[in-house]
Amino acid sequence: MSSLLDFEKPIAELEGKVKELRHLADGSDLDLGEEIARLEGRASKLLSSTYGKLTPWQKAQVARHADRPHFVDYVKALITDYTPLAGDRCFGDDHAILGGLGRFKGRAVVVMGHEKGRETEDRVHHNFGMARPEGYRKAVRLMKLAERFRLPVVTLVDTPGAHPGIRAEERGQAEAIARSIATCLELTVPIVSVIVGEGGSGGAIALATADRVLMLEHSIYSVISPEGCAAILWRSASQAETAAEALKMTAQDLLGLGLIDEIIVEPLGGAHRGRSTTIESVGNAIERHLEAMDGVAPADIRHRRREKYLHMGRELE
Amino acid sequence: MNWLTSYVRPRFQALVRSTGKTEVPENLWHQCPSCERMIFHRDLEGNQRVCPHCSHHMRVGPDYRFASLFDEGSWTRIELPKAPVDPLKFRDSKRYTDRLKEAQAKTKTQDALEAAHGRVGDLPAVIAVMNFDFMAGSMGAGLGEAFVTAARLAVLQEAAFIVVTSSGGARMQEGTVSLMQMARTTIAVEEVKEAGLPYIVILTDPTTGGVTASFAMLGDIHIAEPGAVIGFAGARVIEQTIRETLPEGFQKAEYLLEHGMVDMVVHRFELKETLARVLGLLREPLRGAEPAATTEPAADDFSVPTEAMADATDD
Repeated sequence: MSSLLDFEKPIAELEGKVKELRHLADGSDLDLGEEIARLEGRASKLLSSTYGKLTPWQKAQVARHADRPHFVDYVKALITDYTPLAGDRCFGDDHAILGGLGRFKGRAVVVMGHEKGRETEDRVHHNFGMARPEGYRKAVRLMKLAERFRLPVVTLVDTPGAHPGIRAEERGQAEAIARSIATCLELTVPIVSVIVGEGGSGGAIALATADRVLMLEHSIYSVISPEGCAAILWRSASQAETAAEALKMTAQDLLGLGLIDEIIVEPLGGAHRGRSTTIESVGNAIERHLEAMDGVAPADIRHRRREKYLHMGRELE
Repeated sequence: MNWLTSYVRPRFQALVRSTGKTEVPENLWHQCPSCERMIFHRDLEGNQRVCPHCSHHMRVGPDYRFASLFDEGSWTRIELPKAPVDPLKFRDSKRYTDRLKEAQAKTKTQDALEAAHGRVGDLPAVIAVMNFDFMAGSMGAGLGEAFVTAARLAVLQEAAFIVVTSSGGARMQEGTVSLMQMARTTIAVEEVKEAGLPYIVILTDPTTGGVTASFAMLGDIHIAEPGAVIGFAGARVIEQTIRETLPEGFQKAEYLLEHGMVDMVVHRFELKETLARVLGLLREPLRGAEPAATTEPAADDFSVPTEAMADATDD
C-alpha cells in the first residue's frame, strides 16, 4: 500500500506483523502457522469492522485514495479496441477528461471520464482531474458523436471539481459546464454514469446527468468539498469532518435521497485493496443498466431522463 | 497574511466604516459602494438605482425589475410552488430551516426567485428574477421548482422567457440536491427553446457558481449590466489556487464581453428598450411562412426525429 489512511494504520500494523512472521517462518523450521492465522483473522476482522462503519469524512479519504482504480484502469480492463479521441476543435485538448470510442462487453460505445493521474508528474499532466473548458467541450463533442452514430455513452466520474483559474474563466468555464449538462439532457442514446471516486460539484454533474447514475460504495458526490463548505459555513477548514457529515455526500445518503440509482459494492477494505474486483463489479453494473435500456425508443430515452430529474425535487416535498 | 493584514487592517477598516455610518442619517443618504460618494435617496431612486456620479449599478430586487422591464401595468406575479424544506436536515452554526425563515421574513418571499408574466414591447413574456437578498440568491430545490414552473408558463403562453440572474451559486445547505437543480433548470431551458421561444438571460451583479454553470449561460441572448461580476469560480478561490493577483476587471461584465461570453453590456436605462427590440426582432414571423407551430422542436441536430435521420443516412 503506497499511501495509508490514518484509520487504516492499526490494520496495516497487523498486516505488517503477519508479513514479518511469514518471513521468519520461511527462513527457519519454526511453526508459526497458528500465530499467523490468528493475526490474519484479527486483521480481517478489524478491516471489516472499520470499513463497515466509515464516517462520511473517512469515505471522502477512501474516495480520494490514490490507489483506487482510475479511468485508465477501467478502460484497460473493460474496453477493447479503445480509440482515444482528442481535442475540443476549438482551443485545445484537456487531459483531465479522457475519452473515445471502444467496445464494452462486445458493444460499441463512447466512453469518457475524469483522470486524476497517479504519480506526481502524471497528476500534473492530468491537472488532478480538474478539467478546463476544453475538457467539457471535448465531452460535448464526444456525446454528439455518440448521438450521431447511436452509440451508448458511458461516463466515469472522478474529479475534485472544475479547474478554478484565470484562463479557464476567460474561456468560459461556466458556459462549458452548462453546455455539457444541456447536451447530456439532449441525447437520445442511453447514458450510464458511475461515480468511481470523487464527484466534485459542477465538474462532476457535467458528465453525470445520466439515465442511470451509479456510485461505488465509498465514493462521494457533493455540491462542494467538505473542506470548502467548512471554510465558508464554519469559517474553518478544520471543520471538514463536520461538514462532510452535514453535506450527505455518501453513496448511501444519496441513494436514500433518491438522487442516484444504485450503489456498487466495493471489496472489503475499499476499491484500493481489490482493484480488479472493483473494476469487474463496475463493468457488470454498467452492462446490466445498458441492457435494461436496449430497445427503448430514442425519444423515450430522453423523455425518461428528463422526467427523472424533474421528479427529483418534487419527491422531497 | 501577517498580523498587519489579518488583524490591524480589518480593525482599522471597521473603525472607519462605523464612524462613516454614524454621520449619515439612515435612509436619506446612500453611499455608493464603488465611488463612495454620497447620494440623496430620491436622486438614487430617480436614477434607477444607478450612481449619478460613477454609474455604478446597485443591486435591485424582483419588484424593481418587474416594474422596470414589463410594459406599464401589464404584469401579474405568478404564484410559485412551495419550496420543499431542508432535505438534508442541515445545520451549521444555525439550522437551515431557521436561516430560511429569516430570509423569508426579511424579503417577504418564499425563496430566491420571483416570477411574473406580462408584456414587454407588447409581446408576451415571463420574467423570472433572482433575489440576492434571499440567502445570496442561492439555488436550492425551491428555486429549481420555481424556475421550472415559470419556464413552463412561458411555453404555455407562447411567451418569451427572460431570466434576471444574481446569485452566489448553489445553496450549500441543500448539498447534492442543490447540484441537481443545475440539471432541472437546464431541462426547463430546453423546453422553452424546443418550443421555439426566446430565452434571454440578463446577467446582473453578481452571477457565479452553479447558476452561471447552468441556466445563466444557456441563453439565446446574454445581456449583462455594466460592472456586474459574472463567473464560475469565486475570485478568492482562484487567487488561492494559482497564487497570483487577478487582472484588472477580471470577471466583470465588460471582461466577459471581451471574451465572448455575453452579447452586450447594457446600461440599466437602456435595458427595457433593448429587451423589447431584441424580442421584436426574434419573434417577427418569416415572410411568406405560415405562423410557426411553436410546439415543434427547434431545428438543432438533436431534435431531428430518428426516422428522418435514418432516412438521411440511407440517401
